[in-house]
Amino acid sequence: MIELRISGYGGQGVILCGMTIGRAAALFEDQYSSLSQSFGPEARGSACSAQVIIDKSQILYPYLTGSDILVAMSQEAFRKFSPELRPNGMLVYESELVKPEGLPPTVKAFGIPATRIAEEGLGRSLFLNVIMVGFISAVTGVVKQDNARKAVSQSVPEHTIEKNLKAFDLGYEYGKKHFA
Amino acid sequence: MKADPKGVMTGTHYLDGDHAACEGALAAGCRYVAGYPITPSTEVVERFAGRIPCVGGIFMQMEDEIASSIAIQGAVWAGAKAMTVTSGPGFSLMMEHIGLAIMTEVPCVFINVQRGGPSTGLPTLPAQSDMMQARWGSHGDYEVIALCPNSPQECFDLMITAFNMSERFRTPVMVMMDECVGHMTERVVIPKAEEIEIVPRKYTKKTPAEYKAYLPNDNLVPEMAEMGKGYNFHITGLTHDEKGYPAMNEESQKKLVSRLINKIQNYKKEIILIEKDGLDNADVAVLSYGITSRVAEKAIIDAKAKGIKVGKARLKTVWPFADEFILELSKKVKAIVVPELNAGQVVREVERAAKGNCEVISVPHLGGGVHRPEVILDAIVKGAQGGKR
Repeated sequence: MIELRISGYGGQGVILCGMTIGRAAALFEDQYSSLSQSFGPEARGSACSAQVIIDKSQILYPYLTGSDILVAMSQEAFRKFSPELRPNGMLVYESELVKPEGLPPTVKAFGIPATRIAEEGLGRSLFLNVIMVGFISAVTGVVKQDNARKAVSQSVPEHTIEKNLKAFDLGYEYGKKHFA
Repeated sequence: MKADPKGVMTGTHYLDGDHAACEGALAAGCRYVAGYPITPSTEVVERFAGRIPCVGGIFMQMEDEIASSIAIQGAVWAGAKAMTVTSGPGFSLMMEHIGLAIMTEVPCVFINVQRGGPSTGLPTLPAQSDMMQARWGSHGDYEVIALCPNSPQECFDLMITAFNMSERFRTPVMVMMDECVGHMTERVVIPKAEEIEIVPRKYTKKTPAEYKAYLPNDNLVPEMAEMGKGYNFHITGLTHDEKGYPAMNEESQKKLVSRLINKIQNYKKEIILIEKDGLDNADVAVLSYGITSRVAEKAIIDAKAKGIKVGKARLKTVWPFADEFILELSKKVKAIVVPELNAGQVVREVERAAKGNCEVISVPHLGGGVHRPEVILDAIVKGAQGGKR
């Protein structure tokens, strides 16, 4: 079983990021996945997270009991959720928005300037979340590249598929180039 | 009758319980929803409002839940299959019209995606604390049907069951979800339309002159008449005779209310759905429903690993209550453990039905989250050690 938390602030596409990874596992790999969202009454700008559990068998307990993989797209999210990261877990973070501090040395950390890549490569910062999906697939292997790409196509509006797949590829390639 | 393909989104999807429930309603033939959106049920009507222009039907956003719960009944009389969707605070407002639907025998579906209460409570967090309200919330004596799904897949499946039962028994059916199941996204397989069995509305073949609106068939359920085909009859929440006219006396009251109760009580075998596993030779049974059943399953696995003989009984139908099943179970086991996200509601029914034959252990949780499996495990261990047998 892998427990994964995607976190950031509302408006970054945190839930869609979790939805895409969960969909890749549940629909295109021989696995079960369960996504739950936690959100407050606030919308944009507040801390927001998606919890994804991936397992070979039916998922029973619906919430995370800790995280094997923590994806942090804001410093606030990192501060809030890094204590639940397991000592042998992985941190995936937006390297220009998050400064990881105080982590056990056994945690593997993978940073990507996803917002800048989105702006420079695609002209809009909102592709950050799908860049993260590509990067997560490359560095953690939690879902395979092909399956994650298929899930991206099913998770975004039809007229944006091409750009989102490009975003995915940018994230994936960055991961393979810097952390292979 | 098979489902209308227009409403069936055949395929494998990644959906949350709210969206899956909406798809279940569409597949079941629901073509009218009136609602006053409320967290955590909003996604059900949001999806319905988005899908219905393509499927063909109506979504009406009403001024409140009172209006929503009566608008759907008008739609049913006009020929539609209809539902409304809410959470605790709205469910409270709908109680009067749930009573009207029971009294006037209107087939319709009420979804309650339960959140913590009382009052506005915990809008974004789960509870199962409206279970007794579903059973007793409206005034007077009656029976209801209430179903409890524990996954997005089952939200889809049980919505079809709910609509089918509402038509079969001519009564409102409650689908008692919870925030956790409603907002949990998982794989949902929607079959082909020709694989989905639908109970159509039973319209009378009698002539307008012969037809009596509340004359029951052998199964105690009266036939409906198609509007606009020349049938004239009266519908009232007052105690009524077979023609539907007020008949306010002791005899009519006994005849009508006992029929409303018996048309459900006499067919409990058809209505009560229970998932059972490992109950033969079990020392302890865990009885649960909705999201709690999944956490209970984890506790059962852990208890078995400790060598405890424990089985599961999961109520997919909570109302009418499975009295006979609980009585038989109580004669076989030392204890029945009942975890639920409330202060102990359905456990009272278990205690009543078990008639003191075994220990009944309540594992309450006031909502806002779910039980830790260890808490249920502790109760299982206690049940296996103690008990009356």
